[in-house]
Amino acid sequence: MSTTFIEGSIAVAKTVGVCRPHVISAYPITPQTHIVEHLSELVADGEVKAEYVNVESEHSAASVVLGSSATGARTYTATTSQGFLLMIEVLFNIAGMRLPVVMTCVNRAVSAPINIWNDQQDSMTARDSGWIQLYAEDNQEASDMHLQAFKIAENKDIMLPVMICMDGFVLTHSFDPVELISQEQADKFLPPFKPEYYLTPKNPLTFGAMVGPDGYMETRYFIEKTMHASLQVISNVATDFHNQFGRFQGGLIDTYKVEDASLVLVAMGSIIGTIKDIVDELRAKGQKVGVLKVRSYRPFPKDEIYKALSHVKEIAVVEKAVSLGYGGILVNEIKSVFYGKPKTPKINGFILGLGGRDITADTIHQVIKETAKAASEEKFVGLNEALIGGK
Amino acid sequence: MRLDLGAIAKAGSSKANQTGSWRNYKPIFHQVKCIGCGLCKIYCPEGCVTMIEKKKYTVDYTYCKGCGICAEECSSSDIEMIVEEK
Amino acid sequence: MSTTTLTAPKEQSCTLLAPGHTACTGCGEALAAKLVLGAAGTNIIVTDATGCLEVFTTKFPQSSWEVPFIHSLFENSAAVAAGVEVALKALGRQNEAKVIAQGGDGGTADIGLQALSGMLERGHDILYVCYDNEAYMNTGVQRSGLTPFDCMTTTSPCGELSWGNKHNKKDMPSIAAAHGIPYVATASVAFPKDIENKVKKALSITGPKYMQIHSPCPLGWRSKPQLTIQVAKLAVQTGLYPIFEIENGKVTKVRKVTTPKTPVEEYLKIQGRFAHLFKSPKGKEEIQKIQEIADRNIEKYGLA
Ligand SMILES: Cc1ncc(C[n+]2csc(CCOP(=O)(O)OP(=O)(O)O)c2C)c(N)n1
Ligand code: SF4
Ligand code: SF4
Ligand code: SF4
Ligand SMILES: [Mg+2]
Repeated sequence: MSTTFIEGSIAVAKTVGVCRPHVISAYPITPQTHIVEHLSELVADGEVKAEYVNVESEHSAASVVLGSSATGARTYTATTSQGFLLMIEVLFNIAGMRLPVVMTCVNRAVSAPINIWNDQQDSMTARDSGWIQLYAEDNQEASDMHLQAFKIAENKDIMLPVMICMDGFVLTHSFDPVELISQEQADKFLPPFKPEYYLTPKNPLTFGAMVGPDGYMETRYFIEKTMHASLQVISNVATDFHNQFGRFQGGLIDTYKVEDASLVLVAMGSIIGTIKDIVDELRAKGQKVGVLKVRSYRPFPKDEIYKALSHVKEIAVVEKAVSLGYGGILVNEIKSVFYGKPKTPKINGFILGLGGRDITADTIHQVIKETAKAASEEKFVGLNEALIGGK
Repeated sequence: MRLDLGAIAKAGSSKANQTGSWRNYKPIFHQVKCIGCGLCKIYCPEGCVTMIEKKKYTVDYTYCKGCGICAEECSSSDIEMIVEEK
Repeated sequence: MSTTTLTAPKEQSCTLLAPGHTACTGCGEALAAKLVLGAAGTNIIVTDATGCLEVFTTKFPQSSWEVPFIHSLFENSAAVAAGVEVALKALGRQNEAKVIAQGGDGGTADIGLQALSGMLERGHDILYVCYDNEAYMNTGVQRSGLTPFDCMTTTSPCGELSWGNKHNKKDMPSIAAAHGIPYVATASVAFPKDIENKVKKALSITGPKYMQIHSPCPLGWRSKPQLTIQVAKLAVQTGLYPIFEIENGKVTKVRKVTTPKTPVEEYLKIQGRFAHLFKSPKGKEEIQKIQEIADRNIEKYGLA
């Protein structure tokens, strides 16, 4: 298998292309643009036989793929930040209608103030929408995840949309060696989309009916149940992928040097790479440090995380998002993993990298230093003291 | 119907809902002066007027809500609205 | 009666909008949708915006739609329809069905205008039908961009300082036509044969089409249910609801108003939403303003 030195966005676009989508619809927004520009080129060149719909907003982009998916088409869209927020009403609708749309959420900060750089506050706002959310660590994984995404979404026992989250600029605009997926490989991995129900005069069904208090709760129950079932499907698909391609980036989670670790850092997305370097550095000095990557954020793999971390003394959750008025989001969920368990490690939460704030080796070192202090805490790391009046 | 797949409903299944119970007034199709214009059928918002033969129309009281449009629009005043006996 | 030319259509065992729906008695929108489907036939896929029509036809587990139907949200009916249309193309199923998008006046001319504009501009082969009952009925009769001047709604009440809706009805058909689309038409539930002809004509044309059907709402207009057709007819006869076709940017056909012309009072006085205009002498001036709107329509479209 050959590797290509390629921009993350282009790698993702090429993977989406070999998934044979019927309909692609998107609206441009930095830093998602390179993905959809490249897809529109592939369509223009006839390399991808899809309808590419240039809509007038993200709301319509999502609505177009909703309509297409309900008609029986395999569909794809991508957005970020403000576009994501504009789309969000439709995102809930897509999940509620059980349409297996696949999208890329290029992760970017949200306004105000307007900021085009990376963090993960955008996708976090759709945490409870019924979309499966997978976070990519690097461009190889981002590219590979898209092929896996269609297989997960279209599984007849799942039928839920899947969102691949990839850090804006950090991944989308970086050039890395990526093993691209060929058309033959993709066809072997991903069967054609054959939904049980779709819009056709041959079987005139009503989609999107109004459900009152007598049935609405059950629709939520079914999605919740399916989310649980998807835990197995996500890991199976990762295993299938491993079997065919020889690459494995984790199923629901991935761990690095966690087995004998006393301190584990938990994170999502590209920051994992940075943390791994620090782990190696500290391991060389004899410190028992490891890292756990949450690959599937929704469904949230409580059991897998507990199994991986039950022996650990200290956990530091680092995240590029914040629930204003509460604090860290992922940290809260990691804490809940240990609720009612015999032993609870010390769990610290750190909010960092918002709006593209640099995450350096120093940032991670600071996280580890803070964790060593006595109490469990949640903290912003990497603040500019000069800007906050030295407080 | 599939609630587990996002509230998919069967075509035309509202026929189970017998809206005739809403009626306060009831159209009587006398079938005497009818000229067969078909307006009663065309204008009925419930789609519950049918033609039996060319100059004979009738109403399905299972669904008729008694709006009175058919009587109002009848070309030959051959439909009469009476108070529904309940 | 001017519509006695109507002949009964071929007998159908039932309409494509099945009975059992929960529209109010005498609902013009239910009638309009029934007529559109009747003209379009079974080889269609329809979308609908949130609003009365969607609510009264799709109370799960029941549905009144005998044709494939999808409702997603309030403002995206046109975009969902675009998705359906391109999917049919991409799947090689374009001969399977024509696509009809539907929405109320609010879902069309206000919150859905952007999605509609995008759909029209991109040239999708879709007929968009706006059921114009001149307010947000589903949420309790609030003002929309298509509510007429001086009309009382729950958010444009009359009062010491108010005669109701301060603004003129948005000229939505012209907005649609400005997209350079091949076909734009207005229609009224009072003239079912006209609706049928226009739907059939629209569906025979490739590309985006826009149709706006005046659909009285007895609840919101506070008119008697049995008068739904009469009210609709008077709107047309007075010139307040001009009926026309615009083909490739040119007005090609209009429905003439009555001669001598019917004063707008005839239309206004049978609706509670205009009742305040008849309660004080000053109301006469307001009615005169409404007469001027009708006169301008008659002039603009050559309805006399
Ligand atoms: C984004 C959004 N805003 C508001 C609403 C509430 N809402 C539902 S239907 C409706 C009014 C519909 O009016 P119209 O489109 O004219 O249709 P009608 O009910 O009059 O037929 C409103 C305001 C909504 N469903 N979604
Ligand atoms: S009264 Fe109304 S609902 Fe009943 S048949 Fe006549 S038009 Fe139809
Ligand atoms: S409207 Fe009156 S005249 Fe015409 S078909 Fe019906 S009953 Fe007969
Ligand atoms: S409120 Fe008006 S539009 Fe809505 S169902 Fe009732 S009559 Fe029809
Ligand atoms: Mg309305």
